[in-house]
Amino acid sequence: MAQIQDTGGQEKGGKKRAKRGVPTIDMTPMVDLAFLLLTFFVMTSTFSKPKVMSLVYPAKPKVDDPKPTQEINNAVTFLLSDDRIFYYQDAFYLEGNPKGKPATQLEETDFSPQGVRKLLTDLNRFVLEKKAGYDQELKRGQIADSTYLRLVREAKSDNAALKVLIKTDDMATCKNFIDLIDELKIADIGVIAPVDITAEELKLVKAKTDK
Amino acid sequence: MAKISRPKSAPAIDMTPMVDLAFLLVTFFMLSANFRTDEVVQVDTPSSISEMTMPENVVLITVDQGGRVYFGISGKEEAKQNLLKRMSEKYKVPFSPEQITTFGSLTDFGCTIQEMPAFLNMSSEERKRFVAEGKTMAIPTDSTNNQLKDWINFGNIEMLAVGEKAYFDAKDRGLEPNINEFKPKFVLKVDGKAEYLYAKRVIETFRDLNLNNLNFITSLEADPRKPQ
Repeated sequence: MAQIQDTGGQEKGGKKRAKRGVPTIDMTPMVDLAFLLLTFFVMTSTFSKPKVMSLVYPAKPKVDDPKPTQEINNAVTFLLSDDRIFYYQDAFYLEGNPKGKPATQLEETDFSPQGVRKLLTDLNRFVLEKKAGYDQELKRGQIADSTYLRLVREAKSDNAALKVLIKTDDMATCKNFIDLIDELKIADIGVIAPVDITAEELKLVKAKTDK
Repeated sequence: MAKISRPKSAPAIDMTPMVDLAFLLVTFFMLSANFRTDEVVQVDTPSSISEMTMPENVVLITVDQGGRVYFGISGKEEAKQNLLKRMSEKYKVPFSPEQITTFGSLTDFGCTIQEMPAFLNMSSEERKRFVAEGKTMAIPTDSTNNQLKDWINFGNIEMLAVGEKAYFDAKDRGLEPNINEFKPKFVLKVDGKAEYLYAKRVIETFRDLNLNNLNFITSLEADPRKPQ
């Protein structure tokens, strides 16, 4: 196999002649080796670095701090259970409130593009429309990159922008949570706050899921 | 009539271009690939549209399908060894110098500090089996015995020390380094099927330490806002 093959003519018992031409080397073992190495590298390597999704949590309030009682407006609260997603808007009222608002009812939606994505696009129209406007201006070269980023950030933290609270019950999976965060990023939600579920809310979710 | 003479041996094929090609590919793979790290557990991460790549200096917490928690830390062996020494002091678990050296070469682990000496005496295959067969409850995260909190806290301290040194080294060389690149980042790798309850416990541990900027490892999916 690995010998140097001479390409000279047949020499059957004749005189020994000087070989003519360049001797060819059998490359097969080298090819074997090269492909072996190739296979090794293909098997042991990963190409892309993993992608990460960043999420900034609100700082934990100090224990002795009084609970901030701020009115929630323009917010939507999502409640996650085992692959199901419920939501209600604005503040939670167990039995209606003095202003005449009815008791909070949970609505159900799903993770499909027609479900939660459409809902968020509708609710967060303020930011999305502003952002679309800035996109146009950026394309036409009227504003700089850094200005664009600042304006989008401002729009996202505006009072009129939608704020989202996420609550989970014991049955929710990590996939539900990440999928929801992903949808929020798609809908350009600026304020995302994962918070603890309250007993009343849990009761409402239980009533829905037990059916 | 002239006879067509047949070659007596098999025709030789010139292999040279094939060798060229093969070595070209080998070179490409060698240079472009980063090696797969030897992780204790395989988890199936959910997908998201985020295109941010994983940062360099990370504290990586893995939550597997059963909700067990694993700790991993990138960086130099020395930092890891110092981390283990700190943990050893706090929990009064003694380690031999060999065990500390072994710890420096681990990428991640999942066992209690009390199990750690035995864990370090195992071979890497035994370690995998130890974890896969559920012989350990992995790192405790309960509020009464939150070892994860100490791992994260001490890991953060050690990585900050290393990062600080690297930052001033870069500055001495006349560069203008961005200080944020030298700070450790906190990455969570959660299995999609794991209950959020377990991930939440890890998240709350981070928040207790006032580390509020977390990153979730996700696999990439198409962004619906962008035209295909």
